[in-house]
Formats: sequence, C-alpha cells, structure tokens
Amino acid sequence: MAASLASLHRCCQRSALLLVARRQAFSSSSSPLPLHKRLLLSLTQRFYDVEMVLGWRFQRTRNKLRKKNAYYSYTEKYYGPNIASAYYILSLRGGFRYFGQSEWFHADQRGKFSWDFLNYKDLPLEEVDMSYTVINYTGLVNLEKHRSLRTLKLKGCPEVDDWFLARLHIFQDSLEELDISHCPRITTGGLAALRNLKGLKRLNVSSLSGISNPGLVVILLEEMLPHCLITATGYNYNMWQAEGEGKEEQRQRQR
Amino acid sequence: MTAWRWLHVKVRAAGGLLTSRGLRHGHTRLNGPLMLCQNLSTARPLRNDFFKDLEAQLAAMRRKAAEALPGSSWSPVKHHSNLPPERTDIVIVGGGVVGWSIAYWLKQKELIRGGVQVLVVEKDPTYSQASTVLSAGGIRQQFSLPENIHLSLASADFMRNINEHLGVLDEDPVDLQFNQSGYLFLASEEVAHIMEENYSTQRYAGAKVSLFSPTQLKERFPWINTEGVALASYGLENEGWFDPWTLLNAFKRKALSMGVIQCCGEVTNFRYTTNVVTATDGEQLDMSRIKSVRVQMPNSLEYQPVECAIVVNAAGAFSGKLAEMLGIGLGPKNSMKGIPVPVEPRKRYVFVVHCPDGPGLDTPFLIDYSGVYCRREGLGGNYIAGASPEEAEEPDTSNLEVDYQFFEDKVWPALAHRVPAFEKLKVTSAWAGFYDYNTFDQNGIIGVHPLINNMYFATGFSGHGLQHSPAVGRALAELILEGNFKTVDLSNFSFRRILAQEPVLERNIV
Ligand SMILES: Cc1cc2nc3c(=O)[nH]c(=O)nc-3n(C[C@H](O)[C@H](O)[C@H](O)COP(=O)(O)OP(=O)(O)OC[C@H]3O[C@@H](n4cnc5c(N)ncnc54)[C@H](O)[C@@H]3O)c2cc1C
Repeated sequence: MAASLASLHRCCQRSALLLVARRQAFSSSSSPLPLHKRLLLSLTQRFYDVEMVLGWRFQRTRNKLRKKNAYYSYTEKYYGPNIASAYYILSLRGGFRYFGQSEWFHADQRGKFSWDFLNYKDLPLEEVDMSYTVINYTGLVNLEKHRSLRTLKLKGCPEVDDWFLARLHIFQDSLEELDISHCPRITTGGLAALRNLKGLKRLNVSSLSGISNPGLVVILLEEMLPHCLITATGYNYNMWQAEGEGKEEQRQRQR
Repeated sequence: MTAWRWLHVKVRAAGGLLTSRGLRHGHTRLNGPLMLCQNLSTARPLRNDFFKDLEAQLAAMRRKAAEALPGSSWSPVKHHSNLPPERTDIVIVGGGVVGWSIAYWLKQKELIRGGVQVLVVEKDPTYSQASTVLSAGGIRQQFSLPENIHLSLASADFMRNINEHLGVLDEDPVDLQFNQSGYLFLASEEVAHIMEENYSTQRYAGAKVSLFSPTQLKERFPWINTEGVALASYGLENEGWFDPWTLLNAFKRKALSMGVIQCCGEVTNFRYTTNVVTATDGEQLDMSRIKSVRVQMPNSLEYQPVECAIVVNAAGAFSGKLAEMLGIGLGPKNSMKGIPVPVEPRKRYVFVVHCPDGPGLDTPFLIDYSGVYCRREGLGGNYIAGASPEEAEEPDTSNLEVDYQFFEDKVWPALAHRVPAFEKLKVTSAWAGFYDYNTFDQNGIIGVHPLINNMYFATGFSGHGLQHSPAVGRALAELILEGNFKTVDLSNFSFRRILAQEPVLERNIV
C-alpha cells in the first residue's frame, strides 16, 4: 500500500513537473504556437468578441489563483493563525509538520486530508512543504505568523517568483533550509534577495531555468551566504568546466 | 459595341494565324486545322485581359477625378505620411515613461472602447536625451512624505503584476529584469533623528524597512566601513532596480495595442483663448484655454495643428519650457502669471566602474550621507556610482558631456572611504542625464494649472519619476477622467503649493 502510494505520489510530482515545463514552453517566444493557438490569435485580431472571451478566460484563471491564495482571515479569526495556515497548506495540497512533533500532515493526490491537524491549535509550524503547489506572493500572507519556521520546500512551484523570494524576509530569524529548485520563474534578480535570510544553512537552487549563467550565480551565492550549503544540480556547466567540476564533486560528497 | 468587339477579336485571331503560318511554313498543311483550333481557344483570355486593363484604367481615372473634386483631401503637394490627426481628445506632450504611463491608464480607464482618443507626441523617438532611459532605474520606499511612499508601494505592486497590466496577447511577457536588493541609507550623528522619524512614517505607511545600529550594520554588511555612521536604514521588500527601457517599451507597446496614437514631432506652440476674470480679492486673472497644439514635424517645415480638449504636459525636464509657450512665468513679477513652472534640466553623471573585489551579489543600493550612491550592475563585477553636485556647482546643461574630474574629486573619495574595496577600481564608462528638477521643492507637480484650465502637469519628479510613473499615470488618469484622485491622494502635489509658496519638502538625510 505504502509503496503504491509512494509511486503514485512520484507520478503526480512528475506530472506537475511536466506542467511546469509546459508553462515555460508557452512563455518562450522561439517555439511556434500550436495550431489552435494560432487560429485563436488570428480570430482575436479580427473580432473583438473573441478577444473578450479570451480576456475572460485569462481573468478566470487569475481569479481562481487568487481565490486559492486568498488570506484565510475567517479561519484565522475563529481557529487561530496556526490552524489557518495548516488549513491553507492542506487545501493547496501541501504538507507540514508542527513544531516539536514528528508527524507530517499531507493532502493526498485528490486533495483529501484528515482533520486531525485541528488538535494542535497552539503549535506553530516548523516545516512546510509546498512543492508543486500554486502558492504565490499573496498566499505567503497565510504563513507570515510562523516566526519559527525552519524549513520551507518550494520545489517546482510555477507561481514562485522573485517577488516571492524578496518577501521571504519575514522568516529571516528562523529559516534554515530552503528548497526553490525547479521554479521556472526565479531569476538572478530574485536570488539576490536571499541575503536577508541570514540564518540559512541549506539552499537548493537546482534546475532554475530562469537564470542564464548558473556557474557564476552559484559562486556569487556562495560568496553572499558563506555559512550556507548550496545545492545546484541540473545545470549544464560545460562553459564553467574549470571551477564547475570541482564544485560538482564537492556537492556530490556533501549529499 | 458588340460588333466592334467581335471585329477586334477577328483581327487578332487572324494576326495570330498569319504569324504562325509564316513561322512554320513547312507544316502549314499538317497543322492547319490544329492551329486554328488553338487560336480559337486563346482568343477568349486575350479579350479578357484587354478589358481588365481598360476597366482598371477607367477606375483609376474615376478615383483621380473624385479626389480632385472640391471637398476631398487631395492636394497636388505630397503629404508627410506621419502627420498626427487633425483633432483628438487628449494630447500628451512627451513620450517618456510618465507620458506613456498616462496614455496607458487613460485607455485602461475609458468606459467604452475607443471612448477617449489619446495622442502621444514625442520629438525624439531615439530618446537620446530623455531622462527615462538615462536613469539609474532604482525604486525605493524610503521617503519621508506619505504620498511618495504610497506612490512607491503602488508602483511596486504594479511591477509585481506587470504582466497582468502590460502583457499583450501573443507577445513576449514583460521581463523588467528587476533586481530585488534593498536601499541602504547611512546617516551620520546630525541626521540620525530624521532617519528615525522617516522610519516610523515608512512603517506606518506599510513599507518594510528596518533600522540597524553600526554594529548590526557591520554584522550584515562586513565590507562597509561604519566610521561616522550613527544609524542605517535598509529596505527589506519592494526595493531594487530594473531596466527603464523595458518599462518604457512595455507601457508603449500596451498603450499602442489599446489604440493610443503616437506621433513623432515637437510641440512648438499652442493656440489658446484667454478670458479676463476678476478674482475675489480684485486681482485680474488671465484664464486661458488651449484650443489646439501645433506639432512640428521633424526635419521639415511642415506642421499640423491638433485640436484637442485636454493637454498633458509630461515633457520631463523641458516641461517648464513648454509652459512658457503659454506665457506662464512671463507675466508681471508679482502676479499669478509671473510664477514660472519651477522645472528645469539639471545634469547628473552616472559612472560605471569595474571592481573585481567589490561586494558582489551582496551589494544593496547604497546611499551614504555624503550624497554618494552606488549599486551593482550585472554580475561581472561592475558597479554604477554617482552623486549630486552642490547647488553652486551645477554643471552646464546645454549638452550631455561627462566631467570625469567630478568622479575623481567628489565621488571616489567618499565611495572608497565607505567601501574600502572600491579603492582599487577602474572607470569603464559614464553617461549623463537630465533630472526633471523641481527647483521649488524637488517633488512632483501633478494636476491642472490654475491659469490654463485644460493643461495637466505630471512633471518635476527630480530623480524619482521613473519609479513613480505607474502610480502617477494612474492618478492623473483618475484626475482627468473621474475628476479627482481615487487611489492615492496627491492633492498636496498640486500647483496650489507653488502659488502659495509653501514647499512640500522631503526630509532627506543627504
Ligand atoms: C542620472 C539619473 C538617474 C536617475 N535615477 C532614477 C532612479 O534611480 N529612480 C527613479 O525613479 N528615477 C530616476 N531618475 C529620474 C527619472 O529618470 C525621471 O524622473 C523620469 O524619467 C521622468 O520621466 P519623464 O517621462 O517625465 O521624462 P523624460 O523621460 O525626459 O521624457 C520626456 C520626453 O518629452 C519629450 N519632449 C520634451 N519636450 C517636448 C516637446 N516640446 N514636444 C515633444 N516632445 C517633447 C522629450 O524628448 C522626452 O523624450 C534619474 C534621472 C537621471 C538623469
């Protein structure tokens, strides 16, 4: 049972990864658009109505995202900030661990979760895993109160961008581990904001497709965060062979 | 007519027959019937071609005749193809970032599609002298006036969601190349109390700023020499720098896609009517209303008067000159008309230096109390630095030449004192740009002119116009279309303060 669940979970993760990859393919201009897209586009240029419908569709996806990342003020008012955050995380299909507890709460693939988390009203969160969810800048407000958050995993989040990273200063006194690998919208400009996280011990910046010269960026990051162990795999270091190889080895050993 | 046509065909066919017979003499007999058959079949297309030609020529003649008739727009002299329209609702003078932002917001706020016609007039499409593209590209929240802080917060919010605002269908998404690095202001003993007050204003307005003591500063930024520093304030969020060109082009692209018309030309004059009104205190006031704007085409004597209802003055450093064309500032000394628009160009240098041992990715946008600033530029060990000259030593503004001695004398010593790593550096290049400097109180002038009731101003930002352009554009569009400010109240930045001689000053620490 556990094994099959695990494989299912992996499957899901992969599909999310594919989703991330697809998003990127759309945003890059070099790849020609598929036929139906081009058809829609030529229709839009001719008819206001089509343009409007497309506009509505865009608006609807945006609204959905906004709703998912809305501030859970009602829950917070009646159940307190800890439950509100926990509920937010689980509705986005993430997972978390309460401070000092060993048990993880996770939503399953269908978004179902057990309500046992309601029993820990007074415990703040210590570890949060939001990998492959649609958490964005506004959603972060739901986690803001957890000043003891130690670990935050944001692997493969399509909506995590540079502004999100800049906002992470709210955890500046506690955050020790951050995983932002496979986030397609992160660029070098956002990584500079990580300097505010002075207690960071482990950082994963693997496979960020938005940064152009990863070799140099990783070196600069290491300079900026001297006490932090930086993992950066999934890059083609060909151009950076000279320093790159040594580093790669070192990283292998560390893991 | 039919007979004639038939005859003609006959002749043609016969001719064909003749020539081919002449050519292929030997085969006449064999090919005779076949040839005839061929000729018969080609006769029809030939006839069609001829009449198509004729019809086309007739149509062209008819068109020419119609054009030459009185009442049409035809003229024997060739037109400039880029002339602006003869009339429009709103003319925006100046296609810098402020002008295009206003154009975008006007279109965004119009109630029905095509409800307002907007024309943007820009004299230099290469933007060789525009402040926008020559700026340092920074955005900060650390101001002392709540209005400026709110403008920054609103603009940062706009930039965060820039693709929702300025994304165009099937065009690349906008990438501002935003660098998330806070501003770090350093204060000396004398000005530390101002910094503390500013800090509480900023926190109250919702900006995320923190204060550091010299020890904390040293801990956070070990490469800074804290000598003489009493207090430092550092922006945690919504601060950094970006590419001004990208912002300008994104505004322009979106506005054009929404139907704004652009025109390359210089506004050289206005046609306006003046009414004399007596104020309650008995003063005679000349109230003017602009009827049309004269747009001079580049490199030619041609011009076009554009009739319009509203003019927006977004000409940046040259907006004072533009107002002068309406007689503002030329009246008698102590009348309302004698008060000029206090905006003039002031030259500022920006130096690009290379310093491999510099602080790298760790560099904030550093502003020292001596007035010197620096920030990182790219990842290759380059930095840009500069300072504002003293009032008495303002450089000549007739050109944009760079005085490298200024770096040696004024910038470098202070910079190397603050960041010892900069003792070894190389100036690789430099540029100069014009601040749209408000000599009265160094803040934006936003709103309608009291003596010209259809000229709106958005100018005089003196070094923070780029970062405020999204919010200022929205505010001015609200003022024009809805009658007052809706989102950020900027009534303190109106002309009233200039007439009343009550400056609204930033409490600066530099
Ligand atoms: C060195 C330097 C550094 C700066 N750094 C920053 C910074 O870090 N952050 C920040 O926010 N701001 C900064 N600024 C300020 C900022 O660049 C300006 O406030 C802002 O760009 C003003 O925009 P604008 O559109 O009003 O003016 P401009 O960009 O100058 O645009 C005005 C346009 O109007 C046109 N024009 C003028 N007269 C006429 C006419 N009669 N007819 C037709 N067209 C006309 C001009 O050709 C010009 O293109 C800096 C400025 C300089 C010079």
